[in-house]
Amino acid sequence: MEYPKFLREILSTEKINIVEFEQLQADELYLTVGSGDFAALCHLLHKRLNSPVMMFFAEDKRTEFDKFVLYCVFLNEQKRLWVVVRQDVSPVESAFASLAKNIYSASLFEREIKEMFGLEPKGNPDLRRLRLHDEVWPEGFYPLRKDFHPPQEDTIINLKYRFKRVEGEGILEIQVGPVHAGVIGPGHFRFSAAGEPIINLEIRLGWTHRGIEKILEGKSVHEAVGMLECISGDTAFGYSLAFCQCAENIFHVNVPVRAQLLRVLFLELERMYNHANDMGGIALDVGFSFPAQFASLIKEAILQLNEGLLGSRYLKGINAIGGVEKDIDETKQKLILHALPAIQKDFLALEEMLFSNVSFMDRVDASGILLTKTARDLGITGLAARASGIGLDMRKVSGGIYDSLSFKVIKEYTGDVAARLKVRCKELKESVNIIKQCLERINTCEPQIRQSAQEKEGFAIGCVEAWRGPVRVWIRINAQGKIERCKIVDPSFQNWEGISFAVLGNIIPDFPLCNKSFDLSYSGNDL
Amino acid sequence: MSFNILKNSIRKGRVTVSLDTSGLARFPEIEKMGQELQRFIHAKFGRSFHIREVDTGSCGACESEIIACSNPLYDIQRFGIDFVASPRHADALLVTGPVSKNMSLALKKTYEAMPEPKFVITMGECASMGGLFRDSYYTCRGAQDIAPVTLHIPGCPPSPTDIIKALLVFLK
Repeated sequence: MEYPKFLREILSTEKINIVEFEQLQADELYLTVGSGDFAALCHLLHKRLNSPVMMFFAEDKRTEFDKFVLYCVFLNEQKRLWVVVRQDVSPVESAFASLAKNIYSASLFEREIKEMFGLEPKGNPDLRRLRLHDEVWPEGFYPLRKDFHPPQEDTIINLKYRFKRVEGEGILEIQVGPVHAGVIGPGHFRFSAAGEPIINLEIRLGWTHRGIEKILEGKSVHEAVGMLECISGDTAFGYSLAFCQCAENIFHVNVPVRAQLLRVLFLELERMYNHANDMGGIALDVGFSFPAQFASLIKEAILQLNEGLLGSRYLKGINAIGGVEKDIDETKQKLILHALPAIQKDFLALEEMLFSNVSFMDRVDASGILLTKTARDLGITGLAARASGIGLDMRKVSGGIYDSLSFKVIKEYTGDVAARLKVRCKELKESVNIIKQCLERINTCEPQIRQSAQEKEGFAIGCVEAWRGPVRVWIRINAQGKIERCKIVDPSFQNWEGISFAVLGNIIPDFPLCNKSFDLSYSGNDL
Repeated sequence: MSFNILKNSIRKGRVTVSLDTSGLARFPEIEKMGQELQRFIHAKFGRSFHIREVDTGSCGACESEIIACSNPLYDIQRFGIDFVASPRHADALLVTGPVSKNMSLALKKTYEAMPEPKFVITMGECASMGGLFRDSYYTCRGAQDIAPVTLHIPGCPPSPTDIIKALLVFLK
């Protein structure tokens, strides 16, 4: 098989021996290399495609082939292609050469592979566990191995997590969490402050780990959709959509146009209520209650609209493999058309309230700056990346129905809280436009909303630009039609680290503000 | 600017009673339930009923609905219910999520930090015996082994109306 041109060009610069080349889906290239070439090829792709590591995960194939397989996924934005580099790891060695020294965005994934599969990334200086906390989980139990048995209840564990410590005269260490003062997910934050400014923030997550990737194994794709909706409640639709796209890619189902339009519409509704919520949250975190309450009503209006349309405030139970379960008829379309102007009007009032208030703008301007370079190195994606000048929006990359809709990718360059606020504001307006375009077209489509699927075995990537950023899912389905392996990457996974860089030099009272401006998911990160 | 805010306030009025301009649905039954709830809280809890919430692995939808209870539409505070920052101030502990292994100690400590008399409410499908996550290697299948659970509010997630209704039925 012939390599695509861009790949030939990249490969011509260095001598890399590709063992196998596969293209099972139109937008996915799989390159298998030997263990010696893996790091070199990944580095080359990372540099030339200007892509962070989008996904990096392992698969246990010991029962069939006596090996583990590693997959490292990059994105070619221009060509709209996923480039996946594969490497076999022998169970005897249980180790591979770390990528993290050259590609920082791989480091968290490597820690995850070590923790879940017991494969050691040789050369990665940080191998602390992310989710299986040392205090409650003994060593040597790797949940995603196929022969995994949980440890006995009475296993004695005397491990402790090593935090990075900042020492010296006058350094104050402040610990917060996992139980916070507000109604919010659990996370542990450790600040080191020298006087007022924060000089180090270490975030320890994993508190809400539920072992979702393991539970999904052995489930049928139809059973799995409901589980995907419970990964991150505020992105229920985004997750189920990414998963359904995966399965549809494997089964080669053509989703009816009407269903595609409905999916776009629902995804934008999800984006809108979350953006409104966060704008209120940012106001609340500087003590500006009035707009915060005002925004909570905008959110409530959209949630009620969701319920009126589909019977679910958080858009659960809508997606299905091959389309959507519920249609919206003309009366329901009128419901949207009636609600949109009211939402828009309230939203403009909210925007004016925030942006014309000097003391509010003074707090958000230039606080929590995430530099473009840092964002690129960490592999920050989604809204936070767009506020730091990285214009990646999967809606433009994934094509499909989005190519026929007109909308702008919102980009800001300052990377501060104000930039993230502005991105939200502008995206919310774009969402309204997208919804209107969908409604204009929807009645010209065939009434079919779901295409039945012929189940096949295989593997594929699904990616959706949810409101936080690209939700990435990779699944392998076996010959019995069950899920063999499901890898899920929430944009929060890499973006959390962005917060610990963005807060440096800011004062501790500004931390909630910086945190809310990212508004990352605890449960999506912890899985 | 201030004029606009004022104008907007006047236009919207008290959203809890007048919502026809903003497209929000009205829930007259909440008013009635709330007043009843308030009478019980007056009688049994000395006018205020304080809840401390702990997320032990929920997906965040339950939290979102709890926060929605405090928005100007439902405004659960006017009936005497408040979500507080410290377990020391709380009469009840509201637990969401299936209780992950990582959170079990934190949950236990939070419960122990509460003054007597105290009780525990669980909320959402996964808080009841682990729900979808029952078979996970990493969950404790609900809070009942860590603290005695008196009330469960079902739903995935329960809506603010469900929450208010469940509290009313329970306090009766």
